[in-house]
Amino acid sequence: MDRDVGAGAGRVAGLPPGRTGPNWMLGRRGTLPFLAGPPLVWLALFFVVPLAMIAAFSLREGSGAIGPSDPWVPSGDHYAEVLGTPAFMRLLGISALMAVGIAGLATVLAYPVAYFLTFRAGSRAPLYLTLLLIPFAVSYLLRVMAWKLMLGPEGGINSLLAGLGLTDEPIQLLLYSRPAVIITLVYVWIPFAALPIYAAMQRIDRHHLEAAADLGAGPWARFWRVTVPLSVPGALATFFMVFVPTVGEYITPALVGGTDGIMYGNIILGFFTRSANWPLGSAMAMVMLTLTLVLVAAALRLVSRRGALG
Amino acid sequence: MTAATPARSRRQHAIGVGRTRVPLRPFYTGILVLLYLPIGVLFVFSLNAGTTLAFPLQGLTLDWYASVLGNTAMLNAARNSLTVGVGSATLATLLGSMVALAVLRFRFPGRSALLALAGMPLVVPFVVLGVAFFLLFVALDVPRSLLTLGIGHTVIATPYATLIVLSRLGGLDPALEDAAMDLGATYPTALRRVVLPLMAPTLLSAWLTCFIVSFDEIALAIFLVGGDPTFPVFLYGQLRFAQRLPALIAMAVLLMIGTVALTLFAMRLRARDAAEAGRP
Repeated sequence: MDRDVGAGAGRVAGLPPGRTGPNWMLGRRGTLPFLAGPPLVWLALFFVVPLAMIAAFSLREGSGAIGPSDPWVPSGDHYAEVLGTPAFMRLLGISALMAVGIAGLATVLAYPVAYFLTFRAGSRAPLYLTLLLIPFAVSYLLRVMAWKLMLGPEGGINSLLAGLGLTDEPIQLLLYSRPAVIITLVYVWIPFAALPIYAAMQRIDRHHLEAAADLGAGPWARFWRVTVPLSVPGALATFFMVFVPTVGEYITPALVGGTDGIMYGNIILGFFTRSANWPLGSAMAMVMLTLTLVLVAAALRLVSRRGALG
Repeated sequence: MTAATPARSRRQHAIGVGRTRVPLRPFYTGILVLLYLPIGVLFVFSLNAGTTLAFPLQGLTLDWYASVLGNTAMLNAARNSLTVGVGSATLATLLGSMVALAVLRFRFPGRSALLALAGMPLVVPFVVLGVAFFLLFVALDVPRSLLTLGIGHTVIATPYATLIVLSRLGGLDPALEDAAMDLGATYPTALRRVVLPLMAPTLLSAWLTCFIVSFDEIALAIFLVGGDPTFPVFLYGQLRFAQRLPALIAMAVLLMIGTVALTLFAMRLRARDAAEAGRP
C-alpha cells in the first residue's frame, strides 16, 4: 500500500485556512524533503566527503604534511609503495588475521552465553544480561589497563602460575606480544558480542522447536538444524561488529602489544603524527577500507542468499 | 503480560524435556568471573594507600577519590567528554529519527541508498574515519577542537540512533498519523503531537546509547580533538605516569558509576518499551 495516496488528507472541509497551514505543508509528501534532506546533507558533508578526501590525498604527489594551499598533482606512487612493501602487506595480513581471530573467538565465546540467556535463564534473563553488560560500561582504556596488570611480570597470571608451582620465574612474554593483544581485545568485546546473537535468538519462534521435537528431532538435532541456522545472522552481525573496529585497532596494541604487537592501524597513525607522510598514510587507509568493505559486502551477500534459499 | 507467562513457561518446559547436557550455567558464570576479576583488581588499587600497583596492599584509603575533586585538568577533561557526548547524542538522535521516518513512511528514489548511507559508518574502521576527518579539517583550514570531535562522534553515533528508532517505529501503526491528519492536523503536527509522545522512551534510549558511544570513544578522538582533551584522551596521555594511575582509576570508577547507571536506565526503557509494543 502506498502511503502517499492520502497526501492531501490533511485538508478537511470547513477548517479555517490558517489552521491547516500552507498547501505544500499539508500532506506527508511535502514533509519528506525536511526529513530526508538534513541527514542526507550531513552524511554527504561529514561522511562521504571526508572519505573522498582520503582518496584524493592518497592519489597526490609528495610526502610529509600538506597544507590546504599546496597544489594537487596526481600520482599513484603511494599505492605502489603500500602494495610493494612486504612489511606493510605482512602487517595488513596479520592485522586482518588477528581481527578474524578476535572476532571469531568473541563470537564463539558469546554464543553459549546468548543461548543460556535465551533458553535457560528463564525469568532471570534480564538480570543475567545486565550483569554481563556492566563491564562494557567500564572505560575501554581501563579494561585494557586491567589486562596490562594481569599479564605483567608481577600480574595475576604469573602469580597464579607461580602459586601453582608451574613456573619458577615470571614469564616476561605474556605482556607486549600479539597474544596479549588478542586476549585483551577478546576480553573487551565479549559482553557486547552476546547482544546481536541474543537478539537473533529471541526472535526464533519457539513453535519451530516444538515442531522439530514433534517430528522426532532430539536436542542436538534441534540445535543444529533449527537454532543455529536461525541465529547465523546474529552471529555474523556480532562477528563484523567486532571485526571492523578491531582490524583498525591501534590503542590496545600500543598499550599491551609493545613493538612486537603493533598492528596496521599503528602504522597509519604514525604517518599522521611522528613521521608525517599524509599521502602514504592515506593510501594505507584506503587499502584497509577497501579490504573491510569487500569482506562486509561478501558477508551481507552470504546472508541474503541464505535468506533467499531458506 | 501476566497471562502470557504461564503458557510460555509451560512451552519452554515441553522443549526442555529432551535438553542437551551442556553445562551452560557454569560457562556463563565462568565468563562473568573472567569479566569482573580484572576490573575488580583495578578497583582494589584505587583504594590502596601506595602508588605501586602490586600486592600486598599498603593500606586502605579514599585519598585518591578525594584527590579527583582537586584535579582541575581531570575534571575539565570529564566536562569536555560530557559536552561532546550531549551535543553529538542530541544531533545523532535527531538525524537518526529523520532517516527512520523518511525510510519507513515514504517511498522515494534513493530510499534504500539513504538507509545504507546512515548505516555505513558502522563498517568503516575508526582509524580510517579519523584520517578522513583529519584531512577534511586540514583542507578546510578548521582547527581541531571539541566541535570537530562532536561532528565526528555524531557521524559514528547516527547508525545506532537510526537502528534503534527504526526497530520501534516499524511497530507503530501509520494509521495513527492518518487519523490525526483526518482530524485536521498537518503531517508535522501529527508527528509532534502523536508520534513524538509515543516514541519518547525510544528516543531517550537512542540518545543514551549515542551518548555512551561518544563518551568512551578514543580512536577517533585522538585524531580530532585539539589541545583540550576529552577524558579518554586525557587518560591515555596520563597512563605512562605509573604513580598517577590510582587517581586515574578513581576518576574512571566515578565515571563508570554514571555510565553504568545510564546503561541500566537505557536497558530498562527499551525493555519496557518492547513489552508495551508487544501488547495488542
